[in-house]
Amino acid sequence: MTATANNNPRQVVRVQTADFSVADEYAAIANDNSDGAVVTFAGKVRDFNDGSAVTDLTLEHYPGMTEAVLVQLAEQAYERWPLNYVTIIHRVGRMELGEQIVFIGVTSMHRKAAFAACEFLIDFLKTKAPFWKLEAGEEGNNWVEARDSDEQAASMWNDDAK
Amino acid sequence: MIQVLFFAQVRELLGTAKVEVAAEGITNTEQLREALAAKDDKWAKVLSSEKLLVAVNQTMSAWDAVVVDGDEVAFFPPVTGG
Repeated sequence: MTATANNNPRQVVRVQTADFSVADEYAAIANDNSDGAVVTFAGKVRDFNDGSAVTDLTLEHYPGMTEAVLVQLAEQAYERWPLNYVTIIHRVGRMELGEQIVFIGVTSMHRKAAFAACEFLIDFLKTKAPFWKLEAGEEGNNWVEARDSDEQAASMWNDDAK
Repeated sequence: MIQVLFFAQVRELLGTAKVEVAAEGITNTEQLREALAAKDDKWAKVLSSEKLLVAVNQTMSAWDAVVVDGDEVAFFPPVTGG
């Protein structure tokens, strides 16, 4: 739905209601023979959260700010690691159990940078990007609570050396 | 005027996604929060949450961040995407 333009054609940020194809996104970033590593992450709607059954969820975001934060995170990843492609896709709206929510894909010459950047991006996305999950279950609707463990995961990157 | 936006649980509890507030007498995010909280008990309760976050012109901000006429200020709970 929303594509954010920036100067680097290999840096893609999309916030959209439509589903995405991991195969297509992989193909789009795995075409450069100077890259030895492609790391991707896909996040899905899980069946249980904090002990309650989940049937579907609705993702809300802050149009404009969300895209801007994701672009900033991608730029931080480029500053920190020698990356070639960076793709961040996050869906919004209603999603059913098992559906894909988020995709992160990064490429680099070597695996260490690609693994680290991918984990950095999802850790920071979860704590910095303005998205909110409203879960629906048998016991009604429930706004998901932010987790301390997610904050801790993101804060680890502040202390880490490259 | 200051354009004020609310998201997620904050929007739902207040029953509105957007209000306009006159900029007179408001110089920072905390003063804007207090002006909105003075509306009634419900607004006071929702906007007194320790976990409440604030963004000024779509950038995460502190509670002493400067707010001026024409700014867009958003209040929302901790983020839960990914």
